[in-house]
Amino acid sequence: MEFTEDQLQRYSRHIILPEVGGKGQKKILNAKVFIVGAGGLGCPVGYYLAAAGIGTIGIIDNDTIELSNLQRQIAHNTERLGMLKIESAKKTFESLNPDVKVIGTKERISKDNIKDLIKDYDIVVDGSDNFPTRYLVNDACVMMKKPLVSGAILKFEGQVTTILPGEGHCYRCLFEEMPPAGLVPSCQEAGVLGAITGVVGALQATEVLKLILGKGEPLKNTLLIYDALRVNFRRVKVPKNPDCPVCGAHPTITELQDYDAGYCRI
Amino acid sequence: MGDVKPDIKIDKKINIKGLVCPYTFVKAKLAVEDMEVGETLEILLDYEEASRSIPKSMEDHGQKVLKVEKINDTDWIILIKKEKE
Ligand SMILES: [Zn+2]
Repeated sequence: MEFTEDQLQRYSRHIILPEVGGKGQKKILNAKVFIVGAGGLGCPVGYYLAAAGIGTIGIIDNDTIELSNLQRQIAHNTERLGMLKIESAKKTFESLNPDVKVIGTKERISKDNIKDLIKDYDIVVDGSDNFPTRYLVNDACVMMKKPLVSGAILKFEGQVTTILPGEGHCYRCLFEEMPPAGLVPSCQEAGVLGAITGVVGALQATEVLKLILGKGEPLKNTLLIYDALRVNFRRVKVPKNPDCPVCGAHPTITELQDYDAGYCRI
Repeated sequence: MGDVKPDIKIDKKINIKGLVCPYTFVKAKLAVEDMEVGETLEILLDYEEASRSIPKSMEDHGQKVLKVEKINDTDWIILIKKEKE
């Protein structure tokens, strides 16, 4: 594949990086990334991945745009209230960069569809807003050996971790079981400063691009915690748990399960 | 000011006259990527700033600059030997 003149200009700031070059940019153009959720994290992740020229972006979300989303979900806008989030995300990402093909799925992700949805993608990004989905995506990625870049946000805090099945930890090595629903903040308690989603989403997009390029150190066996109020980034070591119920030597979770909702969606 | 020394074998030539930064370096870098280690690229350019920035950037990227020569009032020739993938 040869670059067009437009592509040389569009990606010039990538190409002149020694770690990217023409070869790295071609890897990006050929990459397929699946994003779970077109909300607070899915918007900035998809936005930067589209700008970078990721060839195929899959995105799943079942919701339509509400006014309360627009304080942080920057791929959507006021004129699109009521529109499906996947449709809005597709419009935004493809108009930013015509090299990108966005494949949206209007469904709720579940144990029955997740394997089919992610099987043709190179990397999965979790931008979901609830624990049941986070565990489902983790378990599916471990079982299918798909690299997963997971992110979470709450109030003034964000977390990012990169899960490389077979090489490093998984989400259950960190938190084996979901917290009981009562311990998760209720909808009224769970605010979020909109700009935090941009910080965490951009960190996730950066991890994805590093994995595609094969450059640098991924956030493997590490949880990165961002505290916006103190402007502090803390790296917490997360060793792989040999007895992990999903990625350990003798896994007890060998089939996907859906967990009851009853959790607040942030 | 004359021709390139006869003992340097040129494997590839590009003409990037009319281009400005960063496209001068983008074109030069892509040309080097497509060559084998040990081969030599000749770049013809007319953007003065690039006659300084391309050699510097190429060295930063691990390539060897064999020559930078102003060949007439407007043009330069740079020879780059690829030393590194
Ligand atoms: Zn695990």
